[in-house]
Amino acid sequence: MTELSATGPKTTRKAARRSGLARWFNRRGWSDITIATPYLWLLIFFLVPFLIVIAMSVATRTPTSPPFSFGGDHPLINTATYERLFSDSLYIRAFLTSIRNAAFATFLCLLIGYPMALGLTRVSKSWRNILLMLVILPFWTSFLLRVYAWMGLMGNNSWFNKLLTSAYNMMMPEEWALRSIQMMNTNFAVVLVTVYSYLPFMILPLYANLEKLDMTLNEAAEDLGSRPFRVFLDVTLPLSVPGIVAGGLLVFIPASGELIIPGLVGNPSQPMIGRVIQDEFASARDWPMASAVAVALLLLLVVPMMLYTYFDAKAHEKKAMEP
Amino acid sequence: MQASIQTALDAVAPQDVAPFIRIEGVTKRFGTFTAVSSVTLDIKKGEIFALLGGSGCGKTTLLRMLAGFETPTEGRIFIDGQDMTGVPAYERPVHMMFQSYALFPHMTVEKNVAYGLKHERMTDAERKARVREMLELVQLTQFSHRKPHQISGGQRQRVALARALARQPKLLLLDEPLAALDKKLREHTQFELMDIQDKTGTTFMVVTHDQEEAMILSNRIAVMDKGEVKQVGTPTEIYEYPDSRFVAGFIGSITFFDGKVASVTGDTAMIEVPDFGGQVSARAIPGISAGQDITLALRPEKIAIGRTKPEGPNAIEGTVDDLGYFGKDSLYKVKLGSGKVLSVLSVNGRRVGEGERVADWEDRVWLSFDPGAAILLTQ
Amino acid sequence: MRRRSRFLFTMMCFGFAFFYVPILSMIVFSFNNARLATVWGGFSTKWYVKLFENDQVINAAILSLKIAVLSASFATILGTMAGLALARFKVFRGRTLFSGLVTAPLIMPEVITGISSLIFFIMLAEWVGWPAQRGFATVTLAHITFSMVFVTTIVHSRLTEADVAVEEAAMDLGSRPWQVMRDITLPIISPAILSGWLLAFTISLDDVVITSFTTGPGNTTLPLLIWSKVKLGVTPDVNALATITVCVVGIGVIIAGIVLNAAEKRRERDAQLAYQANL
Repeated sequence: MTELSATGPKTTRKAARRSGLARWFNRRGWSDITIATPYLWLLIFFLVPFLIVIAMSVATRTPTSPPFSFGGDHPLINTATYERLFSDSLYIRAFLTSIRNAAFATFLCLLIGYPMALGLTRVSKSWRNILLMLVILPFWTSFLLRVYAWMGLMGNNSWFNKLLTSAYNMMMPEEWALRSIQMMNTNFAVVLVTVYSYLPFMILPLYANLEKLDMTLNEAAEDLGSRPFRVFLDVTLPLSVPGIVAGGLLVFIPASGELIIPGLVGNPSQPMIGRVIQDEFASARDWPMASAVAVALLLLLVVPMMLYTYFDAKAHEKKAMEP
Repeated sequence: MQASIQTALDAVAPQDVAPFIRIEGVTKRFGTFTAVSSVTLDIKKGEIFALLGGSGCGKTTLLRMLAGFETPTEGRIFIDGQDMTGVPAYERPVHMMFQSYALFPHMTVEKNVAYGLKHERMTDAERKARVREMLELVQLTQFSHRKPHQISGGQRQRVALARALARQPKLLLLDEPLAALDKKLREHTQFELMDIQDKTGTTFMVVTHDQEEAMILSNRIAVMDKGEVKQVGTPTEIYEYPDSRFVAGFIGSITFFDGKVASVTGDTAMIEVPDFGGQVSARAIPGISAGQDITLALRPEKIAIGRTKPEGPNAIEGTVDDLGYFGKDSLYKVKLGSGKVLSVLSVNGRRVGEGERVADWEDRVWLSFDPGAAILLTQ
Repeated sequence: MRRRSRFLFTMMCFGFAFFYVPILSMIVFSFNNARLATVWGGFSTKWYVKLFENDQVINAAILSLKIAVLSASFATILGTMAGLALARFKVFRGRTLFSGLVTAPLIMPEVITGISSLIFFIMLAEWVGWPAQRGFATVTLAHITFSMVFVTTIVHSRLTEADVAVEEAAMDLGSRPWQVMRDITLPIISPAILSGWLLAFTISLDDVVITSFTTGPGNTTLPLLIWSKVKLGVTPDVNALATITVCVVGIGVIIAGIVLNAAEKRRERDAQLAYQANL
């Protein structure tokens, strides 16, 4: 106090101002900054672009650069693009192909991933860490290269194809014999590679869920007379539904918008929705249509996405509530 | 006197029944660690039997072997004459009330209780009736449609009990049944458990680390330590006639004195205890002879404390080192001439004011005990 | 194993074979002498030599690394802030929108994120004259945006697990909230922040779709280069490149695993020693 009065009124005011800033920073500033920085970033670089896409989808296509326009000679909200989207069988077919492939892939992921995740919870702790690392390892390597690895296996001259072909020829009558099995450029290849690429996304949430389940519940069910498989049906399976939903959505959502896998191993005459968006934008230069297809895909996925967010929030809430 | 207590106890415990559950030389090893080491126990039909011991004494492993979750490395278990070797948990007539209760969180109270009945051959009506009966037994009828997380801890415990009892097991295992309850609820639940056991006549086996729980609940107790059964007996036998330092020290508080047998005449033995600076008399136990090293143990409540030297034998002088006032009684820590500190518990039979206590800090006091109150231990 | 189940064991063997047979096959064929990538023609390391002589590959790899380091660092800062905001500030205006914004990019199909970023950058150039050309900057911005939410997820879940009482203790001892964050919270969650950075780095290094939408001429990242090569079919030099990637990542993960495992073992041993000392 004495020091302050000795240095005169001018500095006092300055110090007061500084301490005012410091006080603001201590009280609110630091939390405001922590919230606002990422918030603004996401608003600008995620939400705004997204809103532009929605706006674009109701704009009118023009032969200008950029190739669209709002208002002016054209209606402010032009629904022609959406009308075209729902009447042209090209788009509908693309949606159906995408959803079918994604659904098959999700189902297969669950079929392979569930026993693996369950198996992981049943091995000893040291083994579990090693095996978990083996599940995650492919995930850290390049996605593109994982797709590429299957291209090497599925080609008509590859050892894998030859192996499958000879197995097929052995089991089938001679007149049905094949020289090779056409795997590349089929929907089968898309599903197979999607399963391969997204399997960790199924296993990891499932494992996290199954690992948390209380083993004494299984013992209690067994104690009350249930055989192991019955215990699985009555206890493990119903309690792992959140894990199944999370894993399923983490596979289904990106798989239905997948661009790389169908682009490399899919059937070019049956494009999936990702390809359609890219083609409309780049080749056809129909930006409103590209936007409309993107919006339609998103609308289709909105329910599954909200479901995921809901389950995710619930899991967080549960975690926070636990002592 | 010991004999008369024994006959009285035998009259209480059902003794005319042949061993209903027989644990025969059971050993369980995990790698090099021996969790349970050649345990042999007989349990009678309809009794409440407690396995008492600290953590890691092997009691839970023994329980899990009875339930069928672990297989014994050696030995066999018989339930109602049937060898349980190789019988999986789901085929045993044994049900368990888990420490965490292990209620199925996705099922209602009713469904939980009905779960085991799925495997019984009975009609739906019978099944419903049984569930209702069980819910009535544990007084939870009005909560039948709630999920486990919507009821209190005490209620959960009762659901777990009803669920385990619904299939009418030959043996009910209770793993630390009261550990998760708060103190008030425990007392209430203890008597409720005994009541339910009485009504159903089921044989109960309780695993607990809490001596009071074991004493109140059970007809007989097996005290376990390091995988071995140290002593089996009624609560009174275990408390009043422990046969080892471990059991004596584990149940209740006690002070041990090293001594030597000076002489044995009839059922009285004179013991030379250096801490007392002389000889005291105690009730002899079979098989001791003069010159033998022995441990003399005294429980705090069996020692009288006073300011004047009492008549009779076994009077020792000491100084009050510390005292604790608990209302109904007081605990005195009395320092003997040798420096050894002895606990004495004295009931506050009269209302006394500050400074009017039997003894205060630094007071010289006289302690005395009945020869029958001293416990002699050879191991 | 608690309960041995032959079914689970078989499924796990099958699953891991499914994971690793394609990768092993790719590694084997990277040493193939033949031009045809799928038919074995003897052992050779010539594709590796060829790969390192290829300036295009080296330049693309350098560009990818630059973008990955830069975007991962920014994404970690922003993502950690968002995680802190969500976990520690329970009430603020627009919280619902904010938590939606940090989850949406996680599961949004990449094509949608890619196309909206592209249109956004084009419109931005139209309105404010920047970016005149898409390339390094736009790719980095896009990568920061969609990888920061992964950091947020990791940090957020670590923070919900952390004991709030420690922070309250620091505040009780006189620290201001931001000092608590600096002295207590951040050090506690530093492993989560590190793994967040690694994840953001990997995501950026690996990304094809969003990069392909937001990049411009002359800015070809390694994944884009591979993508253009692979579109033409299977070639032995990509096998070699893939093998190198797998080995680098594999060795990195194994070393990290060993280090973490050793640290955990040491902690367990210390705890046991301390426990025994107390007995």
